[in-house]
Amino acid sequence: MKTGTPGKTTDLPVLLDIVPTAPVLRLRLWHGVALFGAVLLFSSIAGAQTGSTEASPIAVIIKWMPLLLSGFLFNLLLSVLSMALGTLLGLPLGLMQLSHLRPLRACAWAFTQFFRNAPWLVLLFFAMYLVPYQFQFGEMTIPFPDWIKAVIGFALPVMANVAEIVRGAVQSLPGGQWEAAESLAFTRRQTMWMIILPQCLQRMLPPWMNVYSIITMSTVLASIVGINEMLTLTAQVHNAEGGRPDLLAPLYGFALLCFFIYCYPINLWTVRLERRFHVKS
Amino acid sequence: MQWIAEWFRNLYETTGLNFTIFYDAYDAQQFIAGIGMTIYLSVVSILISIVIGVIGAWFQMSRFKLIRGVIEVFVVIFRNTPPLVQIFFFYFGLGALLPSSYNDIGLREPFLTNVQWAIVSLSLFAGAFNIEIFRSGIQAVPRTTIEAAEALGYTQLGTYRYVVLPLALRVCLPALNNNLVNLLKTTTLAYAIAVPETLYASAQIWAQSQNVTEMMCVLLAVFVLLVGVLVWIMHRWERALRIPGFGR
Repeated sequence: MKTGTPGKTTDLPVLLDIVPTAPVLRLRLWHGVALFGAVLLFSSIAGAQTGSTEASPIAVIIKWMPLLLSGFLFNLLLSVLSMALGTLLGLPLGLMQLSHLRPLRACAWAFTQFFRNAPWLVLLFFAMYLVPYQFQFGEMTIPFPDWIKAVIGFALPVMANVAEIVRGAVQSLPGGQWEAAESLAFTRRQTMWMIILPQCLQRMLPPWMNVYSIITMSTVLASIVGINEMLTLTAQVHNAEGGRPDLLAPLYGFALLCFFIYCYPINLWTVRLERRFHVKS
Repeated sequence: MQWIAEWFRNLYETTGLNFTIFYDAYDAQQFIAGIGMTIYLSVVSILISIVIGVIGAWFQMSRFKLIRGVIEVFVVIFRNTPPLVQIFFFYFGLGALLPSSYNDIGLREPFLTNVQWAIVSLSLFAGAFNIEIFRSGIQAVPRTTIEAAEALGYTQLGTYRYVVLPLALRVCLPALNNNLVNLLKTTTLAYAIAVPETLYASAQIWAQSQNVTEMMCVLLAVFVLLVGVLVWIMHRWERALRIPGFGR
């Protein structure tokens, strides 16, 4: 039996390699069609219950679509900004975990574990309540509106996850790379920046995109702390339409559909990249 | 135990750090009930999600295309939509469509309470991931092992129960471990439908006592502790399931 890369094998010699969990899922057109159909179904069931005097759920969704989609765009903005901030913070944190200085390594490890294991909603509350609403630098006042605080809140778990990805990618490279670089008289820093990290980039890309997909889906948490993103707007639209209970399933179904349409291609691409780099390495 | 309350009361008077949960009986009771609810939610959903995972992975290998298709759609939808939206969808969306009864004094009694809806949506969410995790483990069991089991006269169900599942479980435990930790963290989302779990209890306490910073620290500490306990249990299980003679 042929075994694959060291990272992918199990520690049981009798067993086959573990297949990464995602590849079987492939987007087919009918997945989207099924979800869209479910939304339509709920809409029509709900529409049948109300009678013909009120606007049908589909008409309501179409009427409010620009507002809902602008909310969705805000979700995307939140996700991109927090991903950028989290990655910026996570890269040095991951490298710190690989440091040769024991205390630094231990601190970075504890820091990462703490932010990785705390629930995201709790971290979001943490950022919303504990980050001041403005910073005073001498004469200059930098305001911190709610949505920036939310970005910070989402960036914290992203940071911890990116740090783990960096550590995992560096450790997945064969030790021979380090030795070869050493024999060519590279310093440790040069080896890291010029040899190890460039090779890690392609390994880091798929899990990094996974984290992005997850953070995008988590941005709806911001509705709990009162930020005007899609779910908050959905609730407001529902109120504006008189709080009819039959509208709930179609409206929230529409929100589900939006996230699905955005996240699924990312997921798909991640899987493709994973497969490609798996063959190469 | 009195000295703890005294110490924290003293801490509040001297430094202004107000940990009400350590000296105020009402807050303490509310917070402990919150932790209890978090543990209840996670234990029940962990068990149900594992059952969903085992059955789903079994169905995924079914001969019938329809069953495979249904499972696949389920996994695809639940993996690619936000858990919070799922909870809202279940609680507000489906909850409103399901029939409800009226109790003696005429109050509306929903078909499922918010706690039950939270359990349903959390289990389905984690279950969708578990299906994929178990599937990867099952695929790691060699075809020849299954053939050997069949040759020994095991039925199809017997092979799955006594040969495939134990081996697969051992392989996918690390991934399962990750997912269950994730599930424990996701229980905080039940906050959104007013399930009185730890985050909800904390929010009520800090709204009453104006001690956001202190409660936030306690809250994070509690979750680090809970996750720590879960990870410890899972590691013990991993060690217990180790197949002797293989691996390190």
